[in-house]
Amino acid sequence: MAIEELTNINSLINRIDPRAKIIEVFFFSIVVAVSNSLSVLLSALIISLGIILTAGIRAKEIFRRLVPVNIMIIFLWFFLPFTTEGKPLFNIGTLAVTHEGLIYAFRISIKSNAMMLMLISLIASTPIFTLGHAMLELKMPKKLVHLFFFTYRYIHVMDKEYIRLINAIKMRGFRPGTNLHTYRTFAYIVGMLLIKSFDRMQRVRNAMLCRGFKGNFYTIRDLSFKKIDAVSIVLMIAILIVLGVMEWTAIT
Amino acid sequence: MDSNNLIINLTDISFSYPGSPKVLDNLDLQLSRYDKVGLIGPNGSGKTTLFHIIMGLLKPLSGKIEIFGKTAKEEKDFISVRRKIGLLFQDADDQLFSPTVLEDVAFGPLNLGRSRDEAVDIARKTLDFLDLGEFEDRLTYKLSGGEKRLVSLATVLAMEPETLLLDEPTTGLDEKTKTKIKKTLCELDLSYILISHDLDLLFEITDSIYTIKNGKIIVDDKVHLHQHTHAHPHGLYSHKHK
Repeated sequence: MAIEELTNINSLINRIDPRAKIIEVFFFSIVVAVSNSLSVLLSALIISLGIILTAGIRAKEIFRRLVPVNIMIIFLWFFLPFTTEGKPLFNIGTLAVTHEGLIYAFRISIKSNAMMLMLISLIASTPIFTLGHAMLELKMPKKLVHLFFFTYRYIHVMDKEYIRLINAIKMRGFRPGTNLHTYRTFAYIVGMLLIKSFDRMQRVRNAMLCRGFKGNFYTIRDLSFKKIDAVSIVLMIAILIVLGVMEWTAIT
Repeated sequence: MDSNNLIINLTDISFSYPGSPKVLDNLDLQLSRYDKVGLIGPNGSGKTTLFHIIMGLLKPLSGKIEIFGKTAKEEKDFISVRRKIGLLFQDADDQLFSPTVLEDVAFGPLNLGRSRDEAVDIARKTLDFLDLGEFEDRLTYKLSGGEKRLVSLATVLAMEPETLLLDEPTTGLDEKTKTKIKKTLCELDLSYILISHDLDLLFEITDSIYTIKNGKIIVDDKVHLHQHTHAHPHGLYSHKHK
């Protein structure tokens, strides 16, 4: 399992303070999510593309991360053009494809990809622990940050446990099919994973208690807000204002 | 027994997991300063349970726990117990949860109220002591089994405990790592209780061996001298006899 492989890239963007990155992605996503004008959305997509190009991430890594989002979007393209009310453009069989439906699906595709690209270039390039630290500094709920952090730490252990279980059933000649035996076996595996992770949770908690854990995480690294961070935030605000003005003038 | 030197004093401890028969049945255990005790017993005989009771992670059904002369009952009593007694868990994956080795080792000292610089300093020193100096920026989940165990030991030692409870510290490790752990335990002037199924190890680094049987501790005063034969495959993995 690979999650943090983008964090070693030495680019200008990687040097931005994680707090600045979180704030920038947050507001960028909001503006993109509420915008409707196609020119605004296309500009946002182009801006994200521009930023990701400077982040020095390999194209393969970018595509690998875009695939899951776009698989979801493909399904939208199956339904939205047919189900949205509006002016029919052409017919496929007895179903009419509407102009509004196509625009709607197109808009969602651009929005998701623009946000995703921004997330990849800014957030995926930050080590998880630094991100958690930044979230705490931004006064996000402690429990949420801890949850996020432990999910990351133990997802590898869960993954290993899952692979171990899968190997164990393979060793004993299990071949999945469409039958009750297969369903039952998979149910057992899921159940086992849940129980095992619950057990592990208790053991980890115990280990933390033994080392004096009182509900606080302390970090040994300092975050420092530098000039480059201020510049990046000002730039992002400028971009968002331009996008906002474009959106506002497009509607009226 | 000199009561001033008594570190752990358990009397009449009973414990059972819900719906199961008693694991510990009116168990007594004493550990004094400078004691190095080995604890053996079959799987499921309650060795780990006993450790967890000492640390206050499990509450006994009955009995009295005295640590450093003070009765420990509530969760708050055990907070100071955990400062003085370090528990090394069976599974290192439970013990290491921070992303990097240095952060994990510094976690304990930080919780004890050390400043960040002090904590990092202690962590570095502990890692150096275990020859793990170059490990500090490694990711904990990417370490090998043996490395994880050594780092776990470092996390416990960084708390600067006076006593260690070691739950099968060498199980599943190669001779090299095993020797390293053995050497470390010999160098440290700490008292400890060591659970292991490895009799050779117990004879080498403990002074007395207790057996846990039917929920009680049986003290074997006489260590039985014995001769054993074993193979050293490829010569490379040979170990030194002390």
